[in-house]
Amino acid sequence: MSGANDPYDPKQVAALSPDALAAGVAAARRAFDQASNLDDLHGAQSAHLGDRSPLALANREIAALPPAAKADAGKRINAARSEVRQMYAERLALLQTERDARVLVEESVDVTLPWDRRLEAARHPLTTTQELVGDVFTAMGWEVAEGPEIEAEWFNFDALNIGVDHPARSLMDTFFVQGPDGSADSGLVLRTHTSPVQARVMLARTPPIYIVCPGKVFRTDELDATHSPVFHQLEGLVVDKGITMAHLKGTLDHMAEAFFGPGIITRLRPSYFPFTEPSAEPDLLCFVCRGESVGNPDRPCRTCGSEGWIEWGGCGMVNPRVLRACGIDPEVYSGFAFGMGIERTMMFRNNAADMRDIVEGDVRFTAAFGMEA
Amino acid sequence: MRASVSWIAEHVDLPPGLTPRELGEALVRVGLEVERVESAADGISGPLVVGRVLSFVDEPQKNGKVIRWCSVDVGEDEPRGIVCGAHNFAAGELIVAVLPGATLPGGFAISARKTYGHVSDGMICSARELGIGEDHAGILVLEADSAKPGDDALDVLGLRDAVLDIAVTPDRGYCLSVRGLAREAGAALDVAFHDFTMALPAADQGAYPVTVADPIGCDQFSARAVTGLDPTAPTPPSIAARLHAAGMRSISLPVDVTNYVMLETGQPLHAFDRARLNGAIDVRRASAGEKLTTLDGVIRVLDPDDLVVTDESGPIALAGVMGGASTEISGETTDIVLEAAHWHPAAISRAVRRHKLPSEAAKRFERGVDPRIAGVALQRCVDLLVEHGGASAAPGYTVIGDGPAPVTISLPANRAAELAGLPIDATTVRARLEQVGCVVTTSTADESTADESPADGTTADGLTVDGSTGNGAAPETTEPGGLFTVTPPTWRPDLTDPADLVEEVVRLVGYDQIPSILPSAPAGNGWTPRQRLRRSASRSLAEAGYAEVINYPFLSPAVHDAFGLPADDERRRAIRLANPISEAEPEMRTSLLPGLLANLVRNVGRGSRDLAIFEMGLVYLPAETTTPPPPRIGVEHRPSDAELAAIERTVPRQPRHVATATAGEFERAGWWGQGRLSGWADAVEAARTIARAARVELDVRKGDIPPWHPGRCAELLLDGAVVGVAGELHPRVIAALDLPPRTSAMELNFDAFSPPPPAQAPTLSNFPPVLLDLALVVPEEVPAADVLAAVRTGAGQLLESVRLFDVYSDPARLGSGLRSLAFALKFRAMDRTLTLDEATAARDAAVAEAAARFGATLRA
Repeated sequence: MSGANDPYDPKQVAALSPDALAAGVAAARRAFDQASNLDDLHGAQSAHLGDRSPLALANREIAALPPAAKADAGKRINAARSEVRQMYAERLALLQTERDARVLVEESVDVTLPWDRRLEAARHPLTTTQELVGDVFTAMGWEVAEGPEIEAEWFNFDALNIGVDHPARSLMDTFFVQGPDGSADSGLVLRTHTSPVQARVMLARTPPIYIVCPGKVFRTDELDATHSPVFHQLEGLVVDKGITMAHLKGTLDHMAEAFFGPGIITRLRPSYFPFTEPSAEPDLLCFVCRGESVGNPDRPCRTCGSEGWIEWGGCGMVNPRVLRACGIDPEVYSGFAFGMGIERTMMFRNNAADMRDIVEGDVRFTAAFGMEA
Repeated sequence: MRASVSWIAEHVDLPPGLTPRELGEALVRVGLEVERVESAADGISGPLVVGRVLSFVDEPQKNGKVIRWCSVDVGEDEPRGIVCGAHNFAAGELIVAVLPGATLPGGFAISARKTYGHVSDGMICSARELGIGEDHAGILVLEADSAKPGDDALDVLGLRDAVLDIAVTPDRGYCLSVRGLAREAGAALDVAFHDFTMALPAADQGAYPVTVADPIGCDQFSARAVTGLDPTAPTPPSIAARLHAAGMRSISLPVDVTNYVMLETGQPLHAFDRARLNGAIDVRRASAGEKLTTLDGVIRVLDPDDLVVTDESGPIALAGVMGGASTEISGETTDIVLEAAHWHPAAISRAVRRHKLPSEAAKRFERGVDPRIAGVALQRCVDLLVEHGGASAAPGYTVIGDGPAPVTISLPANRAAELAGLPIDATTVRARLEQVGCVVTTSTADESTADESPADGTTADGLTVDGSTGNGAAPETTEPGGLFTVTPPTWRPDLTDPADLVEEVVRLVGYDQIPSILPSAPAGNGWTPRQRLRRSASRSLAEAGYAEVINYPFLSPAVHDAFGLPADDERRRAIRLANPISEAEPEMRTSLLPGLLANLVRNVGRGSRDLAIFEMGLVYLPAETTTPPPPRIGVEHRPSDAELAAIERTVPRQPRHVATATAGEFERAGWWGQGRLSGWADAVEAARTIARAARVELDVRKGDIPPWHPGRCAELLLDGAVVGVAGELHPRVIAALDLPPRTSAMELNFDAFSPPPPAQAPTLSNFPPVLLDLALVVPEEVPAADVLAAVRTGAGQLLESVRLFDVYSDPARLGSGLRSLAFALKFRAMDRTLTLDEATAARDAAVAEAAARFGATLRA
């Protein structure tokens, strides 16, 4: 190696000879080409581009050259090193691409494997159906009212024009709360309908009243495929000026479509309830056959028994006696009320065949509904 | 109410060709619930003909029976040979024969078959075999000349007659009669109805001596009498068939006639055996302790509120409900006193409930009977007993009382249009009311408008809604259409208010005419914040892996023993039902746990193993002191606030609870590795999940509350008050209830949570944090929550977050009774990059605080 300040002729410095540089580049090319993986390439890079590589060493010799020779030598060696770097970069890119491709293949997994670590989320369809009811009506500006399940007889019966000796009172199959003396005269019942909530709201507020009352109710029926001693109702009440049966019909039609889809409307049949006058029973256009099974023996409908309509509940114009008992002047206000079973509605909407499945709390049943019924 | 179409047709001009189904549909339109349209012929197919027995030979058999080998003319060229076991007929009489190839009710197929040495070419039928009666003692013998051999017996017997089965609502008492149904059919089809028009004798009180001591309970009592009845006279098949179609058994001619006339007129009647009556009849309330043996053979102790019919021997009938045994018609009765009275509906209703004795008569009296039909009903009975029983009408017609006074109702002529939202003019209102039997007069009180047609201008109210405006104006205070004064017919005691009349008009106009208009409600507030909180808490639990259940709220007190509750535990104080579905579950729940745990057991029994369930619902807590119900509060007007408060005081508290129960794996095992069994910590976390929905933090402390495991029970506190309990259940409870091992549960008073105020956004620092770990050795009994609190306090403002990440105990290394709690602390300053020295100083302060509070030392 030359000393730093020795005035050598560059041509005499072997390491800087064109041949030597060419040999260095060629050696690097061979080494890079022979490197079959990134580790080998890393080694080859150290050997041919590192501080101790022939070209790096040759580069140092430049300092010893006379100034006139430095430029030329520098140009040549830079060209050589640049070529080697370029070769390295190309090889590196190639090997990295190969490596990545291999690794991604090696890391691949069976994405069809299950990940069912957590138990299934399931809300009860009776809850979510009641929420749906509330959603449909709150969207129209109505409110959702609730009340106690053990209720004073006055609210459950008297206020609703069902006097003590009214035949409807004994038809209600009522659970009575035992009084302190063991008799049934506690004045309390398990509410037989959600109508007492309507009475409570009318007593507490002044019209306009637009409410829907979903909730749990009780009748002394044994559990079977279509009955349960504990079930749920939804009731609606409107009290305002100028309310007519047409508004009742419009509301029922809207609710039917919201639950069962476009075109499913209702019809009203005259009926009797003590708390409404005139009273009606709403029938739902059969959402399966849409009435097309009527008089069409070739296409019988099991859902409606080929009647075309399905009984859905009760409704009517609020009896003026009820308005009066609740402090509302029937000469100024009129109103309508309707009520239907949530279970029955759910059985139609969700095609549930047996009441027992709904009430028994088998998680397999509930799980089928997920977060919305 | 079941009634034959032919019977209805006797009173109304049904359009020719109207099918029974069409009649049913017309009745449905006006508000009758027609449940079925059927006929006795539905179960019969093939040849069923009238035959004449030409001759027969009685042939004794080896089994002791005597059979008749009959030659029967069935209208064919040759008579047929038929074997018959009955003997209640003579040669020349008409019978009903079913021929080979036919099928009788119950799928009983008839073929020519060899029996008792003959080939029987058909069968002679009894009433029961035809499905038209109970009589099977002999064959059905037709009246002479009522038909000729070969006639279709279905026609002769009226078996093609369709029967309508109608559910009658409590307001339509008059529809519990053929008369009422025919009237409804007339109104529904706009055809003429024919009421009874027979002449009645003048009342002379001469039929039988009667006094009425209680004219409130009985405002009308009528009686007729017959004598010389042939006690053996059978009920004619036509009457028996109609009774059978109506679902009533044929018993004897007098009883059948009273039932027949009740079905026809709606007036329940009672027949007394005159020979067994002792002196005059009186109507009064029973005396306390008086007894009466009713027709069903039950000895009934009477209540002073019971109305009774008496003679000198004492009570002979529970008025309007059931007759007494002492004066019952028997097989020897020849002289009869017939009663047709009008009883107070509520009095009858109470008697039915008191004696648990519903009857066809009571059903009608409760719903209201026409007080003017008694005379007609009695005349019908007398006529039928004379015609079919050989009886003579005894002179005299006793009538005590006038029945209720008629009511009049003022009806604004436009009220129907206003309520229906349908243009109905005054002429229509009047016509429809007259159609149901009302007398309608135009009030003179408002002469100026009385006779003007109200159709225009008034009915627009409520109909002009265009979807964007309100629901119409309030009804006009002046009545532009004038005022009708309406006197409802005597058979419609349900018509008392203008709204009742509106229903009559609108149902006859047709509910199908009512348009569909969605009312525009004023702006509302949507779900209340509390309702939204309930939904969000319920969703959170479900999303955490819990399945919602809704259990019956009925409770067996025995479960509290299984829970190991002390005798004075509040949860044992439960509301009791007077008439529970099951005597084993007579109480109302005070906690959700019993239902939830029973549910868990049921699910395990059905093969589920890994279970996490929750319920949100009310529990029912009796008042501290029992409050007697307030005195009966009227409904004529709004009760006073004091009266409402008195009612409200009796209503028990019913807070909403939420509870969970888990068993098996909460996180499942799988290809990823081990599963994780659920346990006490999941129960506590479920409570925290609820709290997070309300954006509050629960404080947790160790508790010892049954039915939980005393070492694995957490009390849950909100603002210092216990609002719930969570943990693993007591092993003894798990064993007693047959629950899976380590079953864990949580119950919270959900009403303790309030809807959260708006969340407060945090201020974020973008400077880098310093992360430091800290392991503190503390006595085992020091709760981790307390250590965490000390660390938080000691670390001060620079602490951004702290998380307990390890618990370690090793007596050999740490010393016995000690454990190490490891925390990951993240420090960060709002305004600068924190130095390690600053963070370390804060950590040291945390150590110092824990040391000061619990003697904690830094783990080496």
